[in-house]
Amino acid sequence: MDTEKVKADLEKALGPVALKSVRSSLLVENAQDLPKVAKFLKEDAAYRLDYLSSVTASDFIDYLETVYHLYSMEKKTGPVTLRVRVPRTDPKIPSLVSLYRGAEFQERDNFDLFGIVYEGHPDLRRIMMWEGFEGFPMRKDYLQEDSETLESVDVEWLEKNGVKVPEAAKAKAVELRQQGKRALAERRVEDKG
Amino acid sequence: MALAPNTSQVDDGLKNELAKKGIVVTTLNQLYNWGRRSSIWPMQFGLACCAIEMIATACARYDIARFGAELFRPSPRQADLMIVAGTVTKKMAPQVVRLYNQMAEPKYVITMGACSIAGGPFIDGYNVLRGIDRYIPVDVHLPGCPPRPEALLYGLMELQKKIDGQQIETAEWYQQGLKREYPIPEFGPHGLIPKFNPEVWQPRENDLRKERYGQPIMIGKKTKAPNLDVVAVAAAPKPAAPAAPAQTPPTPGMA
Repeated sequence: MDTEKVKADLEKALGPVALKSVRSSLLVENAQDLPKVAKFLKEDAAYRLDYLSSVTASDFIDYLETVYHLYSMEKKTGPVTLRVRVPRTDPKIPSLVSLYRGAEFQERDNFDLFGIVYEGHPDLRRIMMWEGFEGFPMRKDYLQEDSETLESVDVEWLEKNGVKVPEAAKAKAVELRQQGKRALAERRVEDKG
Repeated sequence: MALAPNTSQVDDGLKNELAKKGIVVTTLNQLYNWGRRSSIWPMQFGLACCAIEMIATACARYDIARFGAELFRPSPRQADLMIVAGTVTKKMAPQVVRLYNQMAEPKYVITMGACSIAGGPFIDGYNVLRGIDRYIPVDVHLPGCPPRPEALLYGLMELQKKIDGQQIETAEWYQQGLKREYPIPEFGPHGLIPKFNPEVWQPRENDLRKERYGQPIMIGKKTKAPNLDVVAVAAAPKPAAPAAPAQTPPTPGMA
Protein backbone atom coordinates (compact mmCIF):
# COMPACT_ATOMS: atom_id res chain seq x y z
CA MET A 1 0.00 0.00 0.00
CA ASP A 2 1.26 3.46 -0.80
CA THR A 3 2.73 4.85 2.39
CA GLU A 4 2.64 8.46 1.28
CA LYS A 5 -1.07 8.22 0.56
CA VAL A 6 -1.75 6.61 3.95
CA LYS A 7 0.29 9.33 5.59
CA ALA A 8 -1.56 12.11 3.78
CA ASP A 9 -4.94 10.58 4.67
CA LEU A 10 -3.97 10.22 8.31
CA GLU A 11 -2.76 13.80 8.52
CA LYS A 12 -5.92 15.03 6.83
CA ALA A 13 -8.20 13.08 9.17
CA LEU A 14 -6.39 13.37 12.47
CA GLY A 15 -4.80 16.77 12.21
CA PRO A 16 -1.44 17.17 13.90
CA VAL A 17 0.04 13.69 13.96
CA ALA A 18 3.78 13.39 13.66
CA LEU A 19 4.33 10.78 10.99
CA LYS A 20 7.32 9.92 8.93
CA SER A 21 7.81 7.49 6.11
CA VAL A 22 10.59 5.09 6.87
CA ARG A 23 11.32 2.45 4.28
CA SER A 24 7.75 1.90 3.12
CA SER A 25 6.51 1.96 6.67
CA LEU A 26 5.06 4.71 8.80
CA LEU A 27 6.91 5.87 11.87
CA VAL A 28 4.55 7.20 14.50
CA GLU A 29 6.89 9.61 16.22
CA ASN A 30 4.82 10.13 19.32
CA ALA A 31 3.87 6.79 20.87
CA GLN A 32 0.69 8.27 22.36
CA ASP A 33 -0.69 8.83 18.85
CA LEU A 34 -0.64 5.12 18.07
CA PRO A 35 -4.18 4.17 19.21
CA LYS A 36 -5.59 7.12 17.29
CA VAL A 37 -3.77 6.10 14.12
CA ALA A 38 -4.71 2.45 14.46
CA LYS A 39 -8.33 3.26 15.19
CA PHE A 40 -8.56 5.41 12.09
CA LEU A 41 -6.96 2.75 9.91
CA LYS A 42 -9.24 0.08 11.33
CA GLU A 43 -12.49 1.99 11.04
CA ASP A 44 -12.08 4.25 8.04
CA ALA A 45 -14.15 3.02 5.11
CA ALA A 46 -11.27 3.45 2.70
CA TYR A 47 -8.87 1.25 4.69
CA ARG A 48 -10.71 -1.18 6.99
CA LEU A 49 -7.44 -2.68 8.24
CA ASP A 50 -9.18 -5.11 10.54
CA TYR A 51 -6.41 -7.63 11.07
CA LEU A 52 -3.26 -7.05 13.10
CA SER A 53 -1.00 -9.81 11.89
CA SER A 54 2.06 -9.14 13.97
CA VAL A 55 3.37 -7.06 16.80
CA THR A 56 7.08 -7.43 17.03
CA ALA A 57 9.93 -5.56 18.61
CA SER A 58 13.61 -4.98 18.14
CA ASP A 59 16.42 -3.39 20.05
CA PHE A 60 18.38 -0.74 18.20
CA ILE A 61 20.46 0.19 21.28
CA ASP A 62 19.57 3.89 20.88
CA TYR A 63 15.91 3.02 21.26
CA LEU A 64 13.48 0.12 21.30
CA GLU A 65 11.10 -0.25 18.44
CA THR A 66 7.77 -1.98 18.00
CA VAL A 67 6.52 -2.83 14.53
CA TYR A 68 2.86 -3.46 13.71
CA HIS A 69 1.65 -5.09 10.50
CA LEU A 70 -1.95 -4.31 9.61
CA TYR A 71 -3.95 -6.11 6.94
CA SER A 72 -7.50 -5.85 5.70
CA MET A 73 -9.42 -9.09 5.52
CA GLU A 74 -12.38 -7.24 4.07
CA LYS A 75 -10.57 -5.50 1.22
CA LYS A 76 -7.76 -8.05 0.84
CA THR A 77 -5.14 -5.34 1.15
CA GLY A 78 -2.11 -4.80 3.22
CA PRO A 79 0.19 -4.66 4.91
CA VAL A 80 0.44 -1.20 6.37
CA THR A 81 3.44 -1.17 8.64
CA LEU A 82 3.58 1.09 11.67
CA ARG A 83 6.69 1.68 13.71
CA VAL A 84 6.89 3.16 17.17
CA ARG A 85 10.18 4.05 18.80
CA VAL A 86 10.56 4.47 22.52
CA PRO A 87 13.59 5.23 24.70
CA ARG A 88 15.23 2.30 26.48
CA THR A 89 14.97 3.98 29.85
CA ASP A 90 11.20 4.44 29.77
CA PRO A 91 9.71 2.14 27.14
CA LYS A 92 5.98 2.76 27.26
CA ILE A 93 3.57 2.30 24.39
CA PRO A 94 -0.23 2.39 24.58
CA SER A 95 -1.67 -1.08 24.15
CA LEU A 96 -3.71 -2.01 21.08
CA VAL A 97 -5.57 -4.87 22.77
CA SER A 98 -8.79 -2.88 23.01
CA LEU A 99 -8.71 -2.48 19.21
CA TYR A 100 -7.24 -5.82 18.19
CA ARG A 101 -7.65 -8.76 20.57
CA GLY A 102 -4.90 -10.59 18.71
CA ALA A 103 -2.36 -8.18 20.09
CA GLU A 104 -2.68 -9.57 23.59
CA PHE A 105 -0.17 -12.43 23.50
CA GLN A 106 2.19 -10.66 21.15
CA GLU A 107 2.42 -7.63 23.40
CA ARG A 108 3.03 -9.95 26.32
CA ASP A 109 5.77 -11.61 24.32
CA ASN A 110 7.44 -8.26 23.62
CA PHE A 111 7.12 -7.33 27.26
CA ASP A 112 8.69 -10.62 28.26
CA LEU A 113 11.68 -10.44 25.95
CA PHE A 114 12.24 -6.69 25.50
CA GLY A 115 10.64 -5.13 28.55
CA ILE A 116 8.40 -2.79 26.57
CA VAL A 117 5.44 -1.82 28.75
CA TYR A 118 2.14 -1.70 26.88
CA GLU A 119 -0.05 0.61 28.88
CA GLY A 120 -3.63 -0.51 29.12
CA HIS A 121 -2.89 -4.19 28.47
CA PRO A 122 -5.34 -6.29 30.49
CA ASP A 123 -2.84 -8.90 31.67
CA LEU A 124 0.75 -7.83 31.12
CA ARG A 125 3.03 -10.51 32.52
CA ARG A 126 5.68 -12.86 31.22
CA ILE A 127 4.52 -15.41 28.69
CA MET A 128 7.63 -17.41 27.70
CA MET A 129 10.00 -17.08 30.61
CA TRP A 130 8.92 -18.11 34.06
CA GLU A 131 7.74 -15.83 36.83
CA GLY A 132 10.74 -14.61 38.79
CA PHE A 133 13.04 -14.39 35.78
CA GLU A 134 15.05 -11.21 35.85
CA GLY A 135 15.92 -9.07 32.87
CA PHE A 136 14.81 -9.07 29.27
CA PRO A 137 16.84 -11.59 27.32
CA MET A 138 16.40 -10.22 23.81
CA ARG A 139 17.79 -6.83 24.71
CA LYS A 140 21.28 -6.39 23.42
CA ASP A 141 22.73 -5.51 26.82
CA TYR A 142 21.33 -8.63 28.49
CA LEU A 143 24.12 -10.50 30.20
CA GLN A 144 23.79 -14.23 29.95
CA GLU A 145 24.90 -16.51 32.73
CA ASP A 146 27.94 -18.70 32.33
CA SER A 147 26.42 -22.13 32.40
CA GLU A 148 29.68 -23.89 33.28
CA THR A 149 30.48 -22.10 36.54
CA LEU A 150 28.54 -22.78 39.70
CA GLU A 151 27.58 -19.81 41.82
CA SER A 152 27.03 -19.83 45.57
CA VAL A 153 23.26 -20.17 45.07
CA ASP A 154 23.84 -23.36 43.10
CA VAL A 155 26.31 -24.73 45.65
CA GLU A 156 23.91 -24.08 48.52
CA TRP A 157 21.05 -25.66 46.63
CA LEU A 158 23.10 -28.73 45.71
CA GLU A 159 24.31 -29.26 49.27
CA LYS A 160 20.80 -28.85 50.60
CA ASN A 161 19.78 -31.66 48.23
CA GLY A 162 22.62 -33.90 49.32
CA VAL A 163 24.83 -33.60 46.26
CA LYS A 164 28.58 -33.50 46.72
CA VAL A 165 30.11 -30.45 45.10
CA PRO A 166 33.77 -30.59 44.07
CA GLU A 167 36.03 -28.39 46.13
CA ALA A 168 37.31 -26.43 43.14
CA ALA A 169 33.80 -25.45 42.11
CA LYS A 170 32.96 -24.49 45.68
CA ALA A 171 36.07 -22.31 45.99
CA LYS A 172 35.22 -20.59 42.72
CA ALA A 173 31.70 -19.88 43.95
CA VAL A 174 33.00 -18.41 47.21
CA GLU A 175 35.46 -16.26 45.29
CA LEU A 176 32.72 -14.94 43.05
CA ARG A 177 30.52 -14.12 46.01
CA GLN A 178 33.33 -12.27 47.78
CA GLN A 179 33.89 -10.18 44.69
CA GLY A 180 30.16 -9.60 44.46
CA LYS A 181 30.13 -10.87 40.88
CA ARG A 182 27.96 -13.21 38.88
CA ALA A 183 29.40 -15.82 36.57
CA LEU A 184 28.66 -14.40 33.14
CA ALA A 185 29.15 -15.82 29.69
CA GLU A 186 32.30 -14.59 28.07
CA ARG A 187 32.11 -12.22 25.21
CA ARG A 188 33.55 -12.86 21.84
CA VAL A 189 36.95 -11.30 21.47
CA GLU A 190 36.09 -9.13 18.48
CA ASP A 191 33.19 -7.54 20.34
CA LYS A 192 35.25 -6.33 23.26
CA GLY A 193 35.94 -2.64 23.70
CA MET B 1 24.09 -67.80 52.28
CA ALA B 2 26.28 -66.34 49.59
CA LEU B 3 25.72 -67.68 46.14
CA ALA B 4 28.78 -69.09 44.44
CA PRO B 5 29.39 -67.17 41.20
CA ASN B 6 28.69 -69.24 38.14
CA THR B 7 31.88 -69.52 36.17
CA SER B 8 30.97 -72.39 33.86
CA GLN B 9 31.40 -71.57 30.20
CA VAL B 10 30.23 -73.20 27.00
CA ASP B 11 32.08 -71.93 23.98
CA ASP B 12 30.05 -70.45 21.17
CA GLY B 13 31.05 -73.02 18.57
CA LEU B 14 29.82 -75.91 20.69
CA LYS B 15 26.67 -74.01 21.48
CA ASN B 16 25.96 -73.54 17.77
CA GLU B 17 26.60 -77.20 17.04
CA LEU B 18 24.22 -78.23 19.81
CA ALA B 19 21.61 -75.75 18.62
CA LYS B 20 21.63 -77.43 15.20
CA LYS B 21 20.70 -80.66 16.89
CA GLY B 22 17.89 -78.98 18.77
CA ILE B 23 19.64 -78.69 22.10
CA VAL B 24 19.71 -75.26 23.63
CA VAL B 25 22.43 -74.38 26.09
CA THR B 26 22.17 -71.03 27.79
CA THR B 27 22.81 -69.23 31.01
CA LEU B 28 20.42 -67.41 33.26
CA ASN B 29 22.26 -64.22 32.44
CA GLN B 30 21.76 -64.64 28.72
CA LEU B 31 18.09 -65.44 29.15
CA TYR B 32 17.62 -62.47 31.43
CA ASN B 33 19.35 -60.05 29.09
CA TRP B 34 17.68 -61.53 26.02
CA GLY B 35 14.32 -60.86 27.57
CA ARG B 36 15.22 -57.37 28.64
CA ARG B 37 16.83 -56.21 25.45
CA SER B 38 14.04 -57.62 23.31
CA SER B 39 11.32 -55.74 25.14
CA ILE B 40 12.61 -52.26 25.77
CA TRP B 41 9.54 -50.14 26.25
CA PRO B 42 10.27 -46.52 25.46
CA MET B 43 8.40 -43.67 27.01
CA GLN B 44 6.01 -41.83 24.73
CA PHE B 45 7.72 -38.54 25.08
CA GLY B 46 8.83 -36.09 22.43
CA LEU B 47 9.98 -32.52 22.75
CA ALA B 48 10.67 -31.17 19.27
CA CYS B 49 11.36 -32.16 15.67
CA CYS B 50 13.35 -35.26 16.69
CA ALA B 51 10.07 -36.66 17.98
CA ILE B 52 8.80 -36.71 14.38
CA GLU B 53 11.69 -38.96 13.44
CA MET B 54 10.94 -41.09 16.49
CA ILE B 55 7.35 -41.42 15.30
CA ALA B 56 8.61 -42.38 11.84
CA THR B 57 10.80 -45.03 13.46
CA ALA B 58 7.76 -46.45 15.18
CA CYS B 59 5.75 -46.61 11.95
CA ALA B 60 5.66 -49.41 9.43
CA ARG B 61 8.55 -48.44 7.19
CA TYR B 62 11.27 -48.50 9.84
CA ASP B 63 9.28 -50.53 12.32
CA ILE B 64 10.94 -50.35 15.70
CA ALA B 65 8.80 -53.39 16.60
CA ARG B 66 11.47 -55.53 14.94
CA PHE B 67 13.57 -54.76 18.00
CA GLY B 68 10.78 -55.28 20.48
CA ALA B 69 10.61 -51.61 21.34
CA GLU B 70 7.28 -50.73 19.81
CA LEU B 71 5.30 -50.27 23.00
CA PHE B 72 5.54 -46.58 23.64
CA ARG B 73 4.23 -46.23 27.16
CA PRO B 74 2.41 -43.08 28.14
CA SER B 75 3.53 -43.44 31.76
CA PRO B 76 7.10 -43.29 33.05
CA ARG B 77 6.21 -46.01 35.56
CA GLN B 78 5.86 -48.55 32.75
CA ALA B 79 8.79 -47.42 30.63
CA ASP B 80 12.34 -48.77 30.47
CA LEU B 81 13.79 -46.21 28.13
CA MET B 82 13.50 -42.47 27.86
CA ILE B 83 14.30 -41.15 24.40
CA VAL B 84 14.92 -37.45 24.95
CA ALA B 85 13.81 -36.49 21.47
CA GLY B 86 14.29 -32.80 20.97
CA THR B 87 15.35 -29.48 22.41
CA VAL B 88 15.24 -29.38 26.18
CA THR B 89 14.41 -25.82 27.12
CA LYS B 90 15.21 -24.60 30.59
CA LYS B 91 11.50 -24.42 31.23
CA MET B 92 11.07 -28.10 30.31
CA ALA B 93 14.21 -29.48 32.00
CA PRO B 94 12.69 -29.93 35.51
CA GLN B 95 9.89 -32.01 34.03
CA VAL B 96 12.34 -34.21 32.12
CA VAL B 97 14.32 -34.88 35.31
CA ARG B 98 11.09 -35.57 37.18
CA LEU B 99 10.01 -38.11 34.55
CA TYR B 100 13.39 -39.80 34.79
CA ASN B 101 13.02 -40.03 38.56
CA GLN B 102 9.60 -41.60 38.16
CA MET B 103 10.82 -44.41 35.91
CA ALA B 104 11.28 -47.81 37.46
CA GLU B 105 14.64 -49.58 37.51
CA PRO B 106 16.34 -50.62 35.32
CA LYS B 107 16.08 -47.43 33.29
CA TYR B 108 17.97 -46.17 30.29
CA VAL B 109 18.25 -42.85 28.50
CA ILE B 110 18.98 -42.10 24.86
CA THR B 111 19.57 -38.46 23.99
CA MET B 112 18.34 -38.05 20.47
CA GLY B 113 19.73 -35.21 18.41
CA ALA B 114 22.18 -32.38 18.86
CA CYS B 115 19.90 -30.31 21.11
CA SER B 116 19.45 -32.83 23.85
CA ILE B 117 23.16 -33.72 23.72
CA ALA B 118 24.56 -30.21 24.04
CA GLY B 119 22.01 -27.58 23.11
CA GLY B 120 22.55 -27.93 19.37
CA PRO B 121 22.09 -24.77 17.34
CA PHE B 122 20.63 -23.07 20.40
CA ILE B 123 23.78 -23.47 22.47
CA ASP B 124 24.21 -19.71 22.81
CA GLY B 125 20.59 -19.17 23.71
CA TYR B 126 19.36 -17.93 27.03
CA ASN B 127 16.56 -20.46 27.23
CA VAL B 128 17.94 -23.83 26.10
CA LEU B 129 19.61 -26.33 28.36
CA ARG B 130 23.05 -27.32 27.11
CA GLY B 131 22.44 -31.02 27.22
CA ILE B 132 20.20 -33.12 29.41
CA ASP B 133 23.28 -35.01 30.63
CA ARG B 134 23.82 -32.10 33.01
CA TYR B 135 21.07 -33.50 35.22
CA ILE B 136 20.58 -37.19 34.43
CA PRO B 137 22.95 -39.96 33.32
CA VAL B 138 22.74 -40.85 29.63
CA ASP B 139 23.45 -44.26 28.14
CA VAL B 140 23.54 -43.52 24.42
CA HIS B 141 24.24 -40.16 22.80
CA LEU B 142 22.74 -40.11 19.33
CA PRO B 143 23.96 -37.19 17.21
CA GLY B 144 22.11 -35.75 14.25
CA CYS B 145 19.80 -32.88 13.53
CA PRO B 146 17.51 -34.71 13.61
CA PRO B 147 18.92 -38.25 13.44
CA ARG B 148 17.29 -40.35 10.76
CA PRO B 149 15.16 -43.33 11.86
CA GLU B 150 18.01 -45.66 10.94
CA ALA B 151 20.19 -43.77 13.38
CA LEU B 152 17.65 -44.17 16.14
CA LEU B 153 17.51 -47.90 15.41
CA TYR B 154 21.30 -47.98 15.56
CA GLY B 155 21.19 -46.20 18.90
CA LEU B 156 18.70 -48.76 20.13
CA MET B 157 21.01 -51.57 18.97
CA GLU B 158 23.89 -49.96 20.86
CA LEU B 159 21.70 -49.87 23.93
CA GLN B 160 20.90 -53.57 23.41
CA LYS B 161 24.63 -54.27 23.28
CA LYS B 162 25.04 -52.42 26.55
CA ILE B 163 22.22 -54.45 28.11
CA ASP B 164 23.83 -57.68 26.87
CA GLY B 165 26.99 -56.77 28.72
CA GLN B 166 25.25 -56.40 32.07
CA GLN B 167 25.34 -59.20 34.66
CA ILE B 168 22.38 -60.25 36.72
CA GLU B 169 24.63 -60.92 39.73
CA THR B 170 26.16 -57.48 39.70
CA ALA B 171 23.30 -55.46 38.23
CA GLU B 172 23.26 -52.22 40.12
CA TRP B 173 19.50 -52.08 40.45
CA TYR B 174 19.59 -55.20 42.63
CA GLN B 175 22.23 -53.72 44.90
CA GLN B 176 21.53 -51.86 48.05
CA GLY B 177 21.98 -48.14 48.24
CA LEU B 178 21.42 -47.41 44.57
CA LYS B 179 20.56 -43.78 44.11
CA ARG B 180 19.15 -43.04 40.73
CA GLU B 181 16.91 -40.16 41.54
CA TYR B 182 18.36 -36.82 40.86
CA PRO B 183 17.30 -33.52 42.40
CA ILE B 184 14.96 -31.58 40.16
CA PRO B 185 16.36 -28.17 39.18
CA GLU B 186 14.41 -25.05 39.99
CA PHE B 187 13.78 -21.82 38.16
CA GLY B 188 16.11 -19.06 39.24
CA PRO B 189 16.31 -15.40 38.29
CA HIS B 190 18.85 -16.00 35.50
CA GLY B 191 18.39 -19.64 34.60
CA LEU B 192 18.11 -22.97 36.30
CA ILE B 193 19.42 -23.58 39.81
CA PRO B 194 21.74 -25.48 39.85
CA LYS B 195 23.38 -25.00 36.46
CA PHE B 196 24.35 -28.67 36.46
CA ASN B 197 24.57 -31.58 38.83
CA PRO B 198 28.26 -32.23 39.49
CA GLU B 199 27.54 -35.85 40.39
CA VAL B 200 26.36 -36.45 36.84
CA TRP B 201 28.25 -33.98 34.70
CA GLN B 202 31.17 -31.63 35.11
CA PRO B 203 32.57 -29.11 32.67
CA ARG B 204 35.63 -30.16 30.77
CA GLU B 205 38.93 -28.61 31.75
CA ASN B 206 39.74 -27.25 28.34
CA ASP B 207 36.49 -26.51 26.65
CA LEU B 208 37.05 -25.14 23.20
CA ARG B 209 33.45 -24.03 23.11
CA LYS B 210 34.42 -21.20 25.44
CA GLU B 211 36.68 -19.76 22.80
CA ARG B 212 34.53 -20.46 19.82
CA TYR B 213 31.15 -19.66 21.20
CA GLY B 214 29.83 -17.41 23.90
CA GLN B 215 27.30 -14.73 24.01
CA PRO B 216 27.78 -12.21 21.27
CA ILE B 217 27.13 -8.87 22.90
CA MET B 218 27.13 -6.12 20.35
CA ILE B 219 28.55 -3.33 22.41
CA GLY B 220 31.41 -1.26 21.13
CA LYS B 221 31.93 -0.57 17.48
CA LYS B 222 28.75 -2.32 16.53
CA THR B 223 26.54 -0.35 18.90
CA LYS B 224 25.32 2.14 16.34
CA ALA B 225 21.81 1.56 15.24
CA PRO B 226 21.40 1.00 11.53
CA ASN B 227 20.07 4.13 9.97
CA LEU B 228 16.58 3.24 8.89
CA ASP B 229 15.81 6.66 7.49
CA VAL B 230 15.73 6.97 3.78
CA VAL B 231 19.07 8.30 2.74
CA ALA B 232 20.03 9.35 -0.71
CA VAL B 233 22.73 6.95 -1.62
CA ALA B 234 25.46 8.41 -3.77
CA ALA B 235 25.70 6.51 -6.97
CA ALA B 236 28.53 4.11 -6.58
CA PRO B 237 31.22 4.54 -9.21
CA LYS B 238 30.81 1.91 -11.76
CA PRO B 239 33.61 -0.61 -11.77
CA ALA B 240 35.83 -0.37 -14.76
CA ALA B 241 34.43 -2.56 -17.48
CA PRO B 242 36.42 -5.73 -17.66
CA ALA B 243 38.50 -6.19 -20.70
CA ALA B 244 36.22 -7.34 -23.44
CA PRO B 245 36.87 -10.94 -24.28
CA ALA B 246 38.61 -11.37 -27.50
CA GLN B 247 35.87 -11.81 -29.98
CA THR B 248 36.20 -14.76 -32.17
CA PRO B 249 35.88 -13.65 -35.72
CA PRO B 250 32.92 -15.28 -37.38
CA THR B 251 34.09 -18.24 -39.23
CA PRO B 252 33.17 -17.88 -42.83
CA GLY B 253 31.84 -21.35 -43.28
CA MET B 254 29.30 -21.07 -40.40
CA ALA B 255 26.92 -18.56 -41.89
